[in-house]
Amino acid sequence: MLSYLFRRLLATIPVMLLVAVFVFMLLRLTPGDPAAIIAGDYASDAQIAEIRGKLGLDKPLAVQFMVWIGNMFQGDFGESFFYKKQVGELIAARLEPTLSLSLLTIFLTVCIAVPMGTLAAYRQGSWLDRGIMGFSVLGFSLPVFVIGYMLIYLFSIELGWLPVQGYQRIGDGLWGWLSRLILPSLALSVVFVAFIARMTRTSVLEVLGEDYIRTARAKGQTETRVLMRHALRNAAVPIVTVIGLSFAILIGGVVVTESVFNLPGLGLLTVEAVLARDFPTIQAVILLFSFIYVLINLAIDVSYTLLDPRIRY
Amino acid sequence: MSQENVLEVKNLTVRLPKSADRTNAVEDISFTVAPGEIVCVVGESGSGKSVTASAVMGLLPEALKPSSGETLLQGEDTLKASKTRLRDLRGTRMAMIFQEPMTALNPVTRVGEQISEVLEIHTDLSASERRARAIEIMEAVHLPDPEKMIDSFPHQLSGGQRQRIMIAIALVLDPALLIADEPTTALDVTTQAQILKLIKEMQERRGTGVLFITHDFGVVAEIADRIVVMQNGRIVEHGDRDDVLRRPKEPYTKMLMASVPSMTPPERVPRTGDMAVEVSKLDKIYGRTGWLSKDRIVHAAADVNLHVRKGETLGIVGESGSGKSTVARCIARLIDPTSGSISLHGIEIANLPQSQLRAHRRRVQIVFQDPYRSLNPRRTIGQSLIEAPVNFGVPKEQALQTARDLMELVGLSGDALERYPHQFSGGQRQRICIARALTVEPDVLIADEAVSALDVSVQAQVLELLDDIRERYDLAMLFITHDLRVAAQICDRLIVMKKGVVVEQGPTKEVYSNPQHEYTRLLLEAAPGRDVTFGSDTAA
Repeated sequence: MLSYLFRRLLATIPVMLLVAVFVFMLLRLTPGDPAAIIAGDYASDAQIAEIRGKLGLDKPLAVQFMVWIGNMFQGDFGESFFYKKQVGELIAARLEPTLSLSLLTIFLTVCIAVPMGTLAAYRQGSWLDRGIMGFSVLGFSLPVFVIGYMLIYLFSIELGWLPVQGYQRIGDGLWGWLSRLILPSLALSVVFVAFIARMTRTSVLEVLGEDYIRTARAKGQTETRVLMRHALRNAAVPIVTVIGLSFAILIGGVVVTESVFNLPGLGLLTVEAVLARDFPTIQAVILLFSFIYVLINLAIDVSYTLLDPRIRY
Repeated sequence: MSQENVLEVKNLTVRLPKSADRTNAVEDISFTVAPGEIVCVVGESGSGKSVTASAVMGLLPEALKPSSGETLLQGEDTLKASKTRLRDLRGTRMAMIFQEPMTALNPVTRVGEQISEVLEIHTDLSASERRARAIEIMEAVHLPDPEKMIDSFPHQLSGGQRQRIMIAIALVLDPALLIADEPTTALDVTTQAQILKLIKEMQERRGTGVLFITHDFGVVAEIADRIVVMQNGRIVEHGDRDDVLRRPKEPYTKMLMASVPSMTPPERVPRTGDMAVEVSKLDKIYGRTGWLSKDRIVHAAADVNLHVRKGETLGIVGESGSGKSTVARCIARLIDPTSGSISLHGIEIANLPQSQLRAHRRRVQIVFQDPYRSLNPRRTIGQSLIEAPVNFGVPKEQALQTARDLMELVGLSGDALERYPHQFSGGQRQRICIARALTVEPDVLIADEAVSALDVSVQAQVLELLDDIRERYDLAMLFITHDLRVAAQICDRLIVMKKGVVVEQGPTKEVYSNPQHEYTRLLLEAAPGRDVTFGSDTAA
């Protein structure tokens, strides 16, 4: 197991390198000169050239790339062209809102979707099952912004329970943090609840037909325990897979979500950095995202071995 | 036995849903099981034997409802018991073991936990007491090194060991009634013999009443005190073991007894046709070696030599994992042999490249074990039957005509070509599979456990059909089976395999009457009911 983990982590290095080369080249190929943007509309060619020299953009591409990679291995992600701050600091400051939103969303999703899907499977064909499946069709079809505005209208404007927008650090009070996140998380989670509830239902249904479920009943086990102890754990592998994938999609989607809910997270940072051609920031953020994806994948694979003793690497 | 009966089933009727082909799954059945008695319920598939067992346990699927009668467990009617009461009774006074030890145990839970789960539900024992009891019962069912095995997962145990765990789960609270639903059907003969012995031992030592459900008359002969014969949901005949097996009264029972293949091979004339298949020094190694991963290698076939003449049936017998199917698949080139030579009418095919394999495919055809899964459910029989010949360039009309003729040859009507597989019974499907194999006029027919999934009466007919076809087309037939009764009846010669190695070969009659190898003797001795000639005392 340890050697497997080690091998998997080693394997991330070439993946990350490939991503690095790709991001670097892509940014250099897009039109728009960061030096010109920084210098402003009335700068002379000489001023722009000077800025370019300061940023190191006048050196050959290969040299720029090697310098970037070399610095990164020393933990230096470079300085943002636009914010004039260390990229590392920038990201650290923006990480909390993004992680808070994604983690809370996935937590809510799992808490709602897994019991829903299990219940639907257990009462297959009943009104409960049809109701849950109907809800999941609705969940697939409703866009996030519609749900978002509906929730804001109901809970913030009509009932006045929760704030409309914004973000408060978790360090400044748990309720302030939670109350501002709960609506965006709920809005985001609807589509994932629909997806994961369906997956759970299918997976649990399949397991409920297995012989060992009959064995558990023949032992005199109660139905709740048959579901919890025997059915769910055996149904878990596909469910965990889609939870992991949902999480990855979720993080990829923060660029849009944070703009909609005006949350000062990595997504918003990415948008601002792209508009300013802030190469170091864009490169670092994309590398970070791909590293998170790799980690999520690894976590999914590792969870298989914990859930099912037959799976060994 | 005049004590109070453990189980008394009185006039039980279980209704089937309206869409079914008959009204009742079981109809007006009555029988009893006394303490310390083994009652076998025998019948072919669909006879209602498993429904009877599930009704007693209160484990019937939602769609099936008992409509009248009683199932008295020590005087208490389980049909009328509440759900809570039923849960209390299960595991404590009645317990059940199932056919597939592979799937009846929860794959993600340690076996020890699965045993102590019963104790957790029904007793107040502490965790350490439960563990001690689990080890105790594991010892009682003769599992090796229970202290260590208790923490294993099911997939780490063999089939026989898993079934012992199931028996331990069932018996840990000493129930009065044990229901065993085909508990040895999925096991190898030698393992089956051990499990039967264990069930008998447990039942004698603990005075448990056993309701034993099976379709295998060999097993019945081995274990039953009394026998209940069922057909289409009704009891056809019941009585003491020897009466039913040797002197059956009802025509249906007589027919069943006559269908059980005898362990004594008939006289056979040695075949002298041309050599069809010659295999020499065949090796097949599974496994891989990789970077940083351990080498896991299985020698599935080692130095196998065999030959089959035209018009001859060669049987390959052995237990699961013996390599018998591997050899067959190499000959059909469904898998590539690691080394060795396979020649078909003198042409070497062991190393034929993929591009030249197509022509070879036509000449070797296989009929597989499971007729339910070897036909594509979404294609009509006609489409399935003409696919191969059309691939080999036969015009569609001509292929359809051949298919129609073949359907008649295997005893089905030509109209059946328009229908789908699910509209046929298991036996009919296997006939269709045989017809499908014949559409391309092969030289060699491989029957891989082709009759193992069939009921005895159907099995007898399909065996006859295979023998007819071999005769008519002068086919070389490779007959792979684990069933020594079947092998005795159809094979001219036999090879016995164990762990990838051929341990014995010779004419069937010689192998049965005078086995040379230790393992062959073991196999023959393990065959259940080997000394009983079924229906022997009936007036001819």
